[in-house]
Amino acid sequence: MSQDALTKLLSERDWLMADGATGTTLFNMGLTSGDAPEMWNVDHPERVRALYKGPVDAGSDIFLTNSFGGTASRLKLHDAQNRVGELNRIAAELGREVADASGRTVVVAGSMGPTGEIMEPMGPLSFDGAVEMFHEQADALKAGGADVLWVETISSPDEYKAAARGAELADMPWCGTMSFDTAGRTMMGLTSADLAKLVENLPNPPIGFGANCGVGASDLLRTVLGFRQAGTERTVIAKGNAGIPKFVHGHIHYDGTPDLMADYAVMARDCGATIIGGCCGTTPEHLERMREALETRPRGDAPSLEAIAEALGGFSSASDGTDDKGPKPRERTGRRRRG
Amino acid sequence: MADEEDDIILSELDDEELVAQMMDDLYDGLADEIAEATNILLERGWEPYDILTKALVAGMTIVGHDFRDGILFVPEVLLAANAMKAGMSILKPLLAETGAPTIGRMVIGTVKGDIHDIGKNLVSMMMEGAGFEVVDLGINCEVDKYLNALAAENADILGMSALLTTTMPYMKVVIDTMIDQGKRDDYIILVGGAPLNEEFGKAIGADAYCRDAAVAVETAKTFMARKHNRASAG
Repeated sequence: MSQDALTKLLSERDWLMADGATGTTLFNMGLTSGDAPEMWNVDHPERVRALYKGPVDAGSDIFLTNSFGGTASRLKLHDAQNRVGELNRIAAELGREVADASGRTVVVAGSMGPTGEIMEPMGPLSFDGAVEMFHEQADALKAGGADVLWVETISSPDEYKAAARGAELADMPWCGTMSFDTAGRTMMGLTSADLAKLVENLPNPPIGFGANCGVGASDLLRTVLGFRQAGTERTVIAKGNAGIPKFVHGHIHYDGTPDLMADYAVMARDCGATIIGGCCGTTPEHLERMREALETRPRGDAPSLEAIAEALGGFSSASDGTDDKGPKPRERTGRRRRG
Repeated sequence: MADEEDDIILSELDDEELVAQMMDDLYDGLADEIAEATNILLERGWEPYDILTKALVAGMTIVGHDFRDGILFVPEVLLAANAMKAGMSILKPLLAETGAPTIGRMVIGTVKGDIHDIGKNLVSMMMEGAGFEVVDLGINCEVDKYLNALAAENADILGMSALLTTTMPYMKVVIDTMIDQGKRDDYIILVGGAPLNEEFGKAIGADAYCRDAAVAVETAKTFMARKHNRASAG
């Protein structure tokens, strides 16, 4: 099998820029809250092409397809659970068109978001059930011409593993990021060090892993530092939000300026990220400034947490669970302890 | 160690030890043990309401605080809530019979277009854990669904959740509709979800933004206390 486009780019360059926001951008194009973005692949393909062209024209090397909510469980909400194959395939086909027309190598990354369900034993979704949904989506993204699969915004380690297995069954290379939005951990309690360890134990480790979304640029960079401190040698991905969402005149606006995101991009690289992009609120204007900064500013040493806080703002919590500065577990009177 | 664990016989503990053990077992999410201990206390003549407040709710308060403080995370809290439910399912019919007071009624749902329900479920479970009655409308709720349920349930609190920046503005649609119909001030409106913040909550006219399920419980208690005070003053 020939080398995939992402692995090839990574062998030629020492950093790559990913894309910015999908949801925010579609919303600004007129997506009504309540409608499934994935429907636009069929109903408004020209808008989805425009979504993809934004980051490509701004200099992104990688962009994600409009298929974040493309699993059967998510589409079920719109009674479109039987359109998984169609909607994901077209998401990737439109991406392929835009990438191939760009005149350079741009990676089409097939976005796969969480199923939205809680996995066993806490919730109803079985591991096999999750694998089946991710596999179905992965096959369709592959059929549409995606170069790699891009699993994102995951919080549960089991769901991450299920997505990995889905990629394996589809025989596709993949990347996978989690959202570290709860005191520096994922909602399910996973730390950056935990994820760095988890990916090495998979039968088909991702090309790259990392963090997306979450609660602001500072927290995201702390997570990237955590991956590196855990000793990973794998490609690390940083896709942070452009600041914090604010509600202005009936629209969502993110307060992270292009200049701030440019600083974030360079610091993310210094922290050890190789693939750097934005998430919610990151527009092509942000991406242009990020690209310019990554091309013109020199590399530096990994910044300290203090330097990150000074440049980009404070952290959401004192500890991210990888040091001993966090809150201590409760001392219990009980004699009964589980495993 | 394993032998020692197996050695605990709940029925041999005195009341104080048993309640302490229940708090630990809630913390560890042991549903069978909570059900067993609930039955033991009932056999010993405890009032259902006392078991609810002094053992289960008190135990879940500890879970809530440790969740708030970043010591416990969602998986542990869900298991604890499951254990709590095992005790509640025994107590619920008995509480109804004895006419025990309710702390408040909440209608909760994820807004239209959003299928994310983990956070909402967590709030729902922790509110129940704190003694509230919760009517969960599920996901993808349109404005009429909220309004009909609020009226039908004679609710005190409306809870709305959204995880997407594309769906969070729908909360304002719901609140604006309530204002238009003159019903806004009949309810305490709490909102939550990862992309929200306090400023957003204020901008759309909610009473409070709740950062997580533990905060939602505390906030609901505070607002209910104010409501009761107003009622007794008026």
